[in-house]
Amino acid sequence: MKATDRLPPTPPAGAPIRPRPPLLSARRLETLHGYALISPWLIGIVVFLLGPIVASLYLSFCRWNLLQDPVWVGLKNYTTILSGEDKIVKSLAVTIYYTVLAVPLNVVLSILVAVLLNQRLRGMGVFRTVFYLPAVTSGVAVAVLWAWIFSKDYGLLNWALGWVGVPAYGWLSDERLVVPAFVFMALWGIGGNMVIYLAGLQNIPRELYEAAELDGAGATRRFFHVTLPLLTPVIFFNMIMAVIGSFQIFTQAFIMTKGGPNDASMFYMLYLFNNAFRYFKMGYASAMAWILFLIILVLTLIQFAIARKWVYYEYKEPQ
Amino acid sequence: MGVGKQVLLYALLALLGLVFLLPFFWMVSSSLKAPEEIFAPTPQWIPKEIKWSNYYDAMTVMPFGRFIRNSLVVAASVVVGNLLSASLVAYGFAYFRFPLRGPLFILLLATMMLPGQVTMIPIFKLFSYLGWIDTYKPLIVPAFCGPAFFVFLYRQFFLALPRDLFEAAKVDGCSPLRIYWSIVLPLAKPVSITVAIFSFMGAWNDFMGPLIYLTTESKFTLALGLAQFSGQYVSEWHLLMAASVVAVLPCIVLFFVFQRYFIRGIATTGMKG
Repeated sequence: MKATDRLPPTPPAGAPIRPRPPLLSARRLETLHGYALISPWLIGIVVFLLGPIVASLYLSFCRWNLLQDPVWVGLKNYTTILSGEDKIVKSLAVTIYYTVLAVPLNVVLSILVAVLLNQRLRGMGVFRTVFYLPAVTSGVAVAVLWAWIFSKDYGLLNWALGWVGVPAYGWLSDERLVVPAFVFMALWGIGGNMVIYLAGLQNIPRELYEAAELDGAGATRRFFHVTLPLLTPVIFFNMIMAVIGSFQIFTQAFIMTKGGPNDASMFYMLYLFNNAFRYFKMGYASAMAWILFLIILVLTLIQFAIARKWVYYEYKEPQ
Repeated sequence: MGVGKQVLLYALLALLGLVFLLPFFWMVSSSLKAPEEIFAPTPQWIPKEIKWSNYYDAMTVMPFGRFIRNSLVVAASVVVGNLLSASLVAYGFAYFRFPLRGPLFILLLATMMLPGQVTMIPIFKLFSYLGWIDTYKPLIVPAFCGPAFFVFLYRQFFLALPRDLFEAAKVDGCSPLRIYWSIVLPLAKPVSITVAIFSFMGAWNDFMGPLIYLTTESKFTLALGLAQFSGQYVSEWHLLMAASVVAVLPCIVLFFVFQRYFIRGIATTGMKG
């Protein structure tokens, strides 16, 4: 072999030199790069999402204690759940009770505080920080703090209520008060939603308020006929996320009450967790997870369906 | 707005603000009290004797120093994973055309709505099969797979950048990775800070993950350690509050330093950390 064999053949003298087409066209290269870049996500989707979803569906039709192989039991898990085995009904009821209290209160209070803060006065930034601060803390530490605040004889809440003559209740030890206590604790964190509403409020053009004022509308009227309608898209989004979130409440219940007293705070997620990791009824827990998913899906779809009636998207900036 | 109304507003806000801050004061105050003072019939806000020793005791009664270190390791790794993978994946979605790009991105958005519980059990089994139980791998590895929220944040940001930058660099012969590293990523600093903050806080406060994956006490993260602590030392509130203050402090400090990014992060995605 001569050294010149490796070079491209010399074109005959006088012929134009043509560049060879590249192995991969620009288009193909872009596709390759694109897929390569999103590959971590693709792999993650398959391994941590699609695979587990299929597996979880399969498991929900089995009885499985993690140590032995899963045993197919058909619809048994689902019929047990739907026939209302006592604890499931209780845990769903508890969770729904909590959601029905927490979500509307959260929405109303967040909007109210946001409206209060939406003034061009000095110091509003400071207040915004103050109200948002609790929302930054979360998890176990907050649960422990509130367990202490709710303490019947020495807690902050009963001390404060004592000033207005309310007797000292056992907030976490009384069946009727436990869920309201959790709702109250959740309200401490409205700062997150408040900030979102504040952003929404600041998007409302002043001209609308001025026009309303000119037409003789008082502050309340302006709120209900200008502010609220224009906030409805934000409220809608918020409500969906809030419902999804409140169905998943877990840490606080685990730390503060472990579901007690007498299952009065046995939220659905906590009960699911117990079934999976304490009683090792993994098949049953999988079925519970799917039921939860269906419930959330249905609730979300219902919210979307009703949205037409009250969410106001029509406003366009006047050209 | 009339002066009268202004005064009323400030008063109302001040009152409400005080109520909101009360739990924090209570937490700090309790953390500095002696046990007898904790159970006094009428609580004092300023403890008679400020017991800084509570913090030392809390840290040593259970190996909180180690728990803090563990949490830091996990949180730092998660932050790195999220920053790298989310920005790379978003870069791919934003600047490269490939078949199925649209549907895949919609799939990404849809995954944000799925409650994690549906996949929790098979994933646990997967990690168990891999022998990753009682390691930090289950807590860290998923962060390297382009978590949807952060990919979304980055992609929206990238789409808003002028495309000419990208095109010019391409014409100059820069490889895509080079463009990513030298041009796109530095420009995305604000988003990166937001992603870093929320990643850190998510990992620092995560409880369910460590709860199901960590079994040796020495490997516990702070959240898990605190939970264990509160279960074992049920009425040692002065120690519990001291430990809680330590657990909550990094988040508060982060907030004060990076307030702007918190607000921006929430406003863009509706995430509340």
